[in-house]
Amino acid sequence: MSSVATLHGADVHGAHDTHHEHHHHETFITKYVFSQDHKMIAKQFLVTGMIWAIIGGLFSVIFRLQLGYPDSTFPWLEDFLGHWAKGGKLQPEFYYALVTMHGTILVFFVLTAGLSGTFANFLIPLQVGARDMASPFLNMLSYWFFFIASVIMFSSLFVQTGPASGGWTIYPPLSALGDASSGSKIGMDLWLVSMAMFIVSALLGGLNYITTILNMRTKGMSMTRLPLTVWALFFTAVLGVLSFPVLLSGAILLLFDRNLGTSFYLSDIVIAGKILPNEGGSAILFQHLFWFLGHPEVYIILLPAMGMSSEILSVNSRKPIFGYMAMVGSLFAIAILAFLVWAHHMFVTGLNPFLGSFFVLLTLLIAVPSAIKVFNWLTTLWRGNIRFTPGMLFAIGFVSLFISGGLTGIFLGNSALDLHLHDTYFVVAHFHIVMGVASFFGMFAGVYHWFPKMFGRYLNNTMAYIHFWVTIIGAYLIFWPMHYEGLAGMPRRYYEFSNWESFKMFGGLNEFISLVAMIVFAVQLLFVFNFFYSMFKGRKVTTTNPWGSNTLEWTTPINPGHGNWVGEIPEVHRGAYDYAKDGHEFIPQNVPVGADETSH
Amino acid sequence: MSTVVMEQRKKIHPHKFTLWVGIGSILMMFAGLTSAYIVKRNQANWLTFELPQLFWYSTAVIMLSSATIYMAGKAFREREMTKYRNLMVATLLLGVLFIVLQVLGFKQLWAIGVTLQSNVSYSFLYVIVGLHAIHVVGGVIALAVTLVKGFSKRTRSYDSVPVDLVSTYWHFVDILWIYLLIFLLMIR
Repeated sequence: MSSVATLHGADVHGAHDTHHEHHHHETFITKYVFSQDHKMIAKQFLVTGMIWAIIGGLFSVIFRLQLGYPDSTFPWLEDFLGHWAKGGKLQPEFYYALVTMHGTILVFFVLTAGLSGTFANFLIPLQVGARDMASPFLNMLSYWFFFIASVIMFSSLFVQTGPASGGWTIYPPLSALGDASSGSKIGMDLWLVSMAMFIVSALLGGLNYITTILNMRTKGMSMTRLPLTVWALFFTAVLGVLSFPVLLSGAILLLFDRNLGTSFYLSDIVIAGKILPNEGGSAILFQHLFWFLGHPEVYIILLPAMGMSSEILSVNSRKPIFGYMAMVGSLFAIAILAFLVWAHHMFVTGLNPFLGSFFVLLTLLIAVPSAIKVFNWLTTLWRGNIRFTPGMLFAIGFVSLFISGGLTGIFLGNSALDLHLHDTYFVVAHFHIVMGVASFFGMFAGVYHWFPKMFGRYLNNTMAYIHFWVTIIGAYLIFWPMHYEGLAGMPRRYYEFSNWESFKMFGGLNEFISLVAMIVFAVQLLFVFNFFYSMFKGRKVTTTNPWGSNTLEWTTPINPGHGNWVGEIPEVHRGAYDYAKDGHEFIPQNVPVGADETSH
Repeated sequence: MSTVVMEQRKKIHPHKFTLWVGIGSILMMFAGLTSAYIVKRNQANWLTFELPQLFWYSTAVIMLSSATIYMAGKAFREREMTKYRNLMVATLLLGVLFIVLQVLGFKQLWAIGVTLQSNVSYSFLYVIVGLHAIHVVGGVIALAVTLVKGFSKRTRSYDSVPVDLVSTYWHFVDILWIYLLIFLLMIR
């Protein structure tokens, strides 16, 4: 089977020289900075996302210090944060800023741009058999809009009044009134402008992903032969293209309220003893607009991780994915339902209970496609010839976290229970496990699995195994206890709990959680080290198809240039999951159906 | 724009398809705004408004411009480049005229007390019509770029894709305006 990759020899090269013309004009700027090669853009997204992940992770460590050790002072914090940590104690205003920025950075900049920006760019053209995206130019713009958004968001960390601090959901009136808190001043405007740029980036990317998948597939690559990664990235892009514009409209109205005196979200409420001049606005209106994006956003984060895990589980179990069409169908069902459940974030806003029960039903319906997916992942593993590569471990870890976090979603989806659990640590535990850590595991799985394709080298396995075990055990140790705190009513977003008789008993537990959080953060730095070390010094890849995988990206040269394939793009003759069939260990998609095969 | 040459099956051009998906995305933004408008209208403190006369003229102008860009595309395909350029210039001028009329319409509104801040219904009017006008400005820029190409290039260039793209987008902002006008007339 290894000869498959070299089917298209150098002799056909000459006939297709026109495709490679641009190779001759590459400079440092066009190759590494303003690159239009989807693979380089993917790496740009990945590295930018990693930088953001370190910043966002560091923020969580700092506010966990406050939660774990509310009575201690840390003089070194003052050197680092200045007046935000006067006397070595984190100031409440900055605690809120850190929580807000942690959420914003991780949800949007890491798990949206860093995850689907990286893997949609890298995998879609390679796996559907295209030389690049439908519009490489728009693709380049997509990264640079993300870069501008990053610069604006990063600079907001250094303004005198601090970055946005009204929570990542930026509910008005807190976010709409400059005088409401220090974080509602210029930091909030910068947040909105940065997010507007971010939305432009996400839309430009999404347009390209959808068009490339529907329009640029190679010969023989019917939709039912697409790898599940591509299907997942397709639904992700559809969700983004349809939901981000609605957030943009909500953000525009908020900018008007903040700066031009309109009353979309503000009414004549009393703030600091004075009645606002505004009339008739509705703060709930913002929540509807926000969550119409906000809920699909959860799946924008989760679906790529699902797709990549499906692929990696199948490759490393040496078995076809169980129930391919059911996997596609459940992705589709999740994508549809994603748009119909947003009000389950708003059960306590005075939502009509009748309307609430409608949203409860639709929310609980998501359990059906989710259960189908879990069942299929487990049956794919069942009696497989499993190779525990680092990528595989993270994919299995993803399934574990998706189950644990998904189950608590059933609690929260019930409006009657949610009235009690809303805004407690139960919610924090739920969404961190099911969407935060699980998607991170999908991302790690993807990086470990496709690193050889990205850089032509392997990541170090020892460091990878340490990374995996510490992260998965640590993630459970951090977030599992939070369920108990939440059930006891401990509210999220509070600066300090030691003043409450009812929450005092959680002091020790909070300290434990903070301690584990620091260890887990440190291990992520080990991953970052492994990443950059292996990029230059890692073991070199010597074969085009190191994992024995069927998908088209492994038919390219070890270090593919712009245009991906030397010579013609391979033709596809079969689905992506022909593992362990008819006595063959695996049969890549570009191999014609042989006479000895029963079916394909 | 350097596109890597495609060897794929002949289907709708990828750039055209991208534009259609983008149009869907823009529609979602206006769907978000108009549904927020409907929700807000059913709550307290909503004042109705009359649209200025000038908006009717601007409607006529943008519909006329849709006709001229359609004829421009036809002329391009028939290789009548002079006719094509004249019609494109006409479309561009009509586009600019549309924006001017919208701005003048808002000035009239402002003068009779329908200002941005005075009531949330007026605020919505300004934001929705304003965002549409920004999309028309984008179309005018795209028209200008295509037009410059039409003047500078020799007739060697037979690629009708850029012309088709601009034309599709232009029809879209026209239809979007008609939708918004009907929406604002029916529900206020």
